[in-house]
Amino acid sequence: MKPSLASRVVLATLAWAAALIMVFPILWMLVTAFKTEGQAIAIPPLLIFTPKLRSFFDATQNAGYLLFALNSVIVSVGATVLAIAIAFPAAYALAFFPGKRTEFTLMWMLSTKMLPAVGVLMPIYLFLKNVHLLDTRLGLVAIDTLMNLPIVVWMLYSFFKDIPHEILEAARVDGVGPRQQMIHLLLPLAGPGVASTALLSVILAWNEAFWSINVTASHAGTLAAYIARFSAPEGLFWAKLSAASVLAVAPILVFGSLTQRRLVRGLTFGAVK
Amino acid sequence: MSQPVSPTMTKAAPSAAPRRQVRTLPLLLPAVVLLLLWSILPLLQTILYSFQHYNLMEPPAAYNGGLNYTYLFTDSSTWTAIWNSVVLVAGVLAASIVFGTIIALLLNNDFPGRNIARLMAIAPFFVMSPVAALIWKNLLLDPVSGLAGWLMTLAGLKPIAWFSVYPMLSIVVIYSWRWIPFATLILLTALQSLDTDQLEAARMDGAKGFARLRYIVLPHLGRPISIVVMLESIFMLSAFAVIYTTTNGGPGDATTTLTYMIFIRALNDFSIGSASAAGVFAIVLANILAFFLIRAVSRTLQA
Repeated sequence: MKPSLASRVVLATLAWAAALIMVFPILWMLVTAFKTEGQAIAIPPLLIFTPKLRSFFDATQNAGYLLFALNSVIVSVGATVLAIAIAFPAAYALAFFPGKRTEFTLMWMLSTKMLPAVGVLMPIYLFLKNVHLLDTRLGLVAIDTLMNLPIVVWMLYSFFKDIPHEILEAARVDGVGPRQQMIHLLLPLAGPGVASTALLSVILAWNEAFWSINVTASHAGTLAAYIARFSAPEGLFWAKLSAASVLAVAPILVFGSLTQRRLVRGLTFGAVK
Repeated sequence: MSQPVSPTMTKAAPSAAPRRQVRTLPLLLPAVVLLLLWSILPLLQTILYSFQHYNLMEPPAAYNGGLNYTYLFTDSSTWTAIWNSVVLVAGVLAASIVFGTIIALLLNNDFPGRNIARLMAIAPFFVMSPVAALIWKNLLLDPVSGLAGWLMTLAGLKPIAWFSVYPMLSIVVIYSWRWIPFATLILLTALQSLDTDQLEAARMDGAKGFARLRYIVLPHLGRPISIVVMLESIFMLSAFAVIYTTTNGGPGDATTTLTYMIFIRALNDFSIGSASAAGVFAIVLANILAFFLIRAVSRTLQA
């Protein structure tokens, strides 16, 4: 017996209402980005107007914006490539050759993710300062790599666990070494999982704000730092700020929507699949 | 590339040969060593600093016993900051659990455009905190040109300067907007793994919608909800960017959380010693929470 049509209509309406309420601030930002500065602060708010690309142009012409955007790309991709390169062999070992200490190793890695960043802000800041890595992309790449490493190991581990042992076992019996197994067997077999892991790592590094704000200035800052820092002087220019923000969140919204379900594994350390 | 085990690659390795055990240590070593350095060294250094009078403006550092800790726990601003952290974490958690569960249940039904609605409901989670902060601070909550102010005027009310009158509430609202979708995403994923046969059987047995929800669906969500609670507590204890972008901890110390207090002491006052003592305290707090999370996750590993 199906639920009645009336109750299904009510439930569908509620679901759509909830979704629209949640997404509304993003849509409003998008609309504002296409207004002129005068229209952006008009009261009552303008709903019908000729959309202009002017704010996008102004925002990207702004000193530093393109540099910060480039930094975001370099840092998030760099940190992701590094984290996967380091985590891949570790996850392979943990997933296919479990030993007495495997569970402890996984749990310990998880626990390092629990360390509040602010608690180690000073040592890291002073260390970067002493080795002249303050406000450099390399410094931020290193931090983001280490920050995401536990999640990346866990997520890869969880995808590797789904691959039948027998395939790798057969290759091993045939004398295929670990390196070959990883590159030629595991990578293609776990391809979608590895891709999701990479996407999550890019998303987390791209959106990371705490370290970017605190250990960079005008050279290596990412868009998160740019928008946080320039909010005060640029705060008066809503259309421009909205345009800059739209560009900063658009790639991540796309990535996120591509992999939403798989992300859950990484975000919950495999506890919810 | 998908058929690497070609005969030519196969060395003369008869199946009778003893199994070559792969040495896992070299594979694990880079990850383990890096994480060890990353987690232990700065921690030890923070602990060391926490016992020093160390201000970057007036070097050198000097051992001062437990003085930083004495100040930390006798200073009333510490307790204000802890209270603010508790309010922030509790507020966001309450909103996430209640609305996250409701939205996940609604989106789990079958209705037209379901996939698009799901994407829309989850989207705020992917918006970086500084952007989330500015959307709310300017476009929505600004008393003069914000949407909320205009709506209130329409309703015959006086617009409110949210960040001055209800600063902590405003921060809670912004963080909730980002973290409700996180709860929704996780609970929705958990709901999709719910056995539909069981629900169908219950329906056959005449269980009404509410009874099915109460006795089958909600119990199924118990564990994912506890995971959400623990993860969000850990993330929210470290909440930083929204406060940095909107209130800067103010007005006064109304939105100065423990994390924000440490940040101000460290990078505004350069008072490394006292910031480190507070940092050690924050680490201890986070570890207590982490203990429960790790216990929960560990159970799934064994399962």
